[in-house]
Amino acid sequence: MEETVQFTLNGKPTKLTVDSDRKLLWVLRTDLGLMGTKYGCGESFCGACTVLVNNEAVRSCQTIVKSVRGKEVVTIEGLAKDGALHPLQKAFMDNDALQCGYCTPGMIMNAYALLRKNPRPSPSQIVEGMEDNLCRCGAHNRIVRAIQAAAKEMQGGK
Amino acid sequence: MNHNPYIETDFTDHPIDTGLNRRDFIKVTGGGIILFFTIGDLSVLAQEGRAGGRAGGRGLPTDFNAFLKIGEDGRVACYTGKIEMGQGIVTGLAQEIADELDVPLDAVDMVMGDTDLCPFDGGTFGSLSTRSFGPALRAAGAEARQVLLELASENLKTPAERLATDNGFVFDKENRQNRVSYAQLAKGKKIERHATGKVAVKKPAEFKIMTRPVTRRDALEKVTGKAKFAGDIQFPDMVYAKILRPPAHDAKLTDVDVSEAEKVKGVQVIKEGDLIAVLHKLPDVAEMALAKIKVKYDRPQSDLDDKNIFDHLVKAAPEGRTSAKDGDLQKGESDAKTVVESTYLDGYKAHAPIEPHTAVAKIDGNKVTIWASTQTPFPAQQEVARALGVPAGDVRVMPIFVGGGFGGKTRNLQVVEAARLAKLSGKPVRVAWTRKEEFFYDSFRPAAVVKIKSGVTDKGRISFWDYHVYFAGDRGAAQFYSIPNHSTTSHGGGFGGGPSAHPFATGAWRAPGNNTNTFARESQIDIMAAKAGMDPLEFRMQNLTDEKMRRVLKAAADKFGWQPAKARSGKGQGIACGIDAGTWVATIAEVEVNKTTGNVKVNRVVCAQDMGLAVNPEAAAIQMEGCVTMGLGYALREHIRFKGKELFDLNFDTYEIPRFSWVPKIETIIIDNKDSAPQGGGEPAIITMGGALANAIYDAIGIRLFQLPLSPERIKEAAKKA
Repeated sequence: MEETVQFTLNGKPTKLTVDSDRKLLWVLRTDLGLMGTKYGCGESFCGACTVLVNNEAVRSCQTIVKSVRGKEVVTIEGLAKDGALHPLQKAFMDNDALQCGYCTPGMIMNAYALLRKNPRPSPSQIVEGMEDNLCRCGAHNRIVRAIQAAAKEMQGGK
Repeated sequence: MNHNPYIETDFTDHPIDTGLNRRDFIKVTGGGIILFFTIGDLSVLAQEGRAGGRAGGRGLPTDFNAFLKIGEDGRVACYTGKIEMGQGIVTGLAQEIADELDVPLDAVDMVMGDTDLCPFDGGTFGSLSTRSFGPALRAAGAEARQVLLELASENLKTPAERLATDNGFVFDKENRQNRVSYAQLAKGKKIERHATGKVAVKKPAEFKIMTRPVTRRDALEKVTGKAKFAGDIQFPDMVYAKILRPPAHDAKLTDVDVSEAEKVKGVQVIKEGDLIAVLHKLPDVAEMALAKIKVKYDRPQSDLDDKNIFDHLVKAAPEGRTSAKDGDLQKGESDAKTVVESTYLDGYKAHAPIEPHTAVAKIDGNKVTIWASTQTPFPAQQEVARALGVPAGDVRVMPIFVGGGFGGKTRNLQVVEAARLAKLSGKPVRVAWTRKEEFFYDSFRPAAVVKIKSGVTDKGRISFWDYHVYFAGDRGAAQFYSIPNHSTTSHGGGFGGGPSAHPFATGAWRAPGNNTNTFARESQIDIMAAKAGMDPLEFRMQNLTDEKMRRVLKAAADKFGWQPAKARSGKGQGIACGIDAGTWVATIAEVEVNKTTGNVKVNRVVCAQDMGLAVNPEAAAIQMEGCVTMGLGYALREHIRFKGKELFDLNFDTYEIPRFSWVPKIETIIIDNKDSAPQGGGEPAIITMGGALANAIYDAIGIRLFQLPLSPERIKEAAKKA
């Protein structure tokens, strides 16, 4: 049903009139023009479409727009603040934690939610938390290292 | 679709008509110093047999082509028909050109895969970019540096012999203040030079940027979500196309009713021959409307499934072709104390890149512009031209990031679909396959069978080797052990195999054929080592005179801390080695096997390779890690189930690719061999994973598996029988 939905998108109030049963992934990519969130499998198996809703990682391919009404949505485009990369973004670069880069936005968003819940995860907690995000190029071990490095950076290097 | 799904993806060339002449090129790219190349002139490449003829059909261009330009701002643009799909040549090729030209790495811009600007290229596959294009690029760089020295000699009124280059400047060796920048030399000029092929490239001792590890140059775009993949190109009037697909391969449409789909607001339904598509400005609405089409299909008659396919393949196989032979097999058999006869099976595997096939087509007047996830932009240009009946010169395939390829993004079916629909609708069209379409229309790694009969003497020497491969092809089939009596025969092609062989399309999958061949060979070697009562490493060394292979085996064993033991040692350690894309590789894996669940946990993998000059050791190590990780998938879990040309694995719920928890500690070793020509890096290490894990499982629990994947079900079943 077409209706007006309001939510916060990357820190900015957003209002759009849309069939509110549409999936957030497609609304982000078409109506809102944010192309960083990727389609990978359409059935929440791969995590390429991961975004944050109220700081929880969700699969935007399975999230209907009306469910984010009044909530805070953050996509990969909203992670860098005032041109400064988020420590996770920087750590992915420094650790070469990507190859083709297609799964990368989803990986970073999932890792962001993971670090919010557990700011000092052990490597095995990172593996567990990232398990359902798929990468075909085989950057897994470097992604784990990048998340560890970012966690350390976010703790003030301790 | 009119496309022949059984196309032999051997990457042979189509007649080429780029339509862009040298004047157009200069018009597009502006002034500066441009190096045109006629590869035939390049003696350095000719000596190495690399000019033309590589990868089937046409190799590097033999007509004029610009390889690089030094712009009026001093920046260097490198033009290559290769594409970046994660393998990292966007960095490695830039390192090569920066080093030859003595400019900082960040002064190099890579222009990749643009069919209007870049030299013709058959496609990015076969681990060829660094070993085949790289030397040509370096030669172009060396030549461009020579041009700069000549220009500077005039400019500085100093003999060229007294001049040297550094950091984007030419300077007088006797007075470093007497210098001129490349930007100044290129300013206001339109200089075209044709390479002579007579300027020597730098020697390894002179390298400043090559052989140094460098992180990816495209990472910033990729971590911020700004990197544009084909699906990220937008136009205000663009529509998304969803295409009607059959339930099984070769199913024939007998009845179709699109009336309900046409009732959806804003939808345009297009029917042209077998192409039926729903267009809408929103992809999800197009998909919803597509589901309203009512259809009936006649299913094809086919009893083939993923279990009986192997018998079928052996029966369907044509007469074999013997690629290697020596000695007398009968004599070898009579010399043997133990004869081992085995059959190895390997099922169909999907490429499964996370980015599905996508293309955007836009037609303005005569000009067709395509953005596509493809490993083969130039063949895509030709295919679109043919489909639309326009000259290839009117078609431009644009450079774009590709979200993984692995050999699977070479057929361009989605590109032709987008182009046809753009023409029929009069609007820019995006075709973005769903995951289900991605699996269904994949050109799968072919199912294959290997039969080996071999023998070992009472002294632990391999006395004969009779090898027959069905449908995996020659790549990696020839054995490299020191065996007096041997024969290697392949039956049926490695990629396609013809319509009677495979029930759906097959093609190149990262190190095509070699994964199957190396799994079979290295398993058989271990079986013989066990029969001879010998440690698998010692057995290999005893039967190897190939120094390169001995060296990589030793390097891997030293790093691993290999303790000689005869299998089954219970330690769960397995070795495999092989050769691919000119690179020698040895891998040692350590596993734990749960006999009750059949689950294999890989704890550690050590991989050593000799790839000649490693231009970017960081990128080379990453490719090795990627190979080891991706290799876990085909070795342990991945296979396509099907019956009657219908596929049952169409998403990641049942087609299991490697996850974080599967990935072991991976240690890589690149043998220092920078004086040798660079070899392939994107594929070699993956070939060893099937064999190393099969051997490690045997070493752990004494169960020998002859079929990939080495799945929990197969392990449990074998454990029950044992």
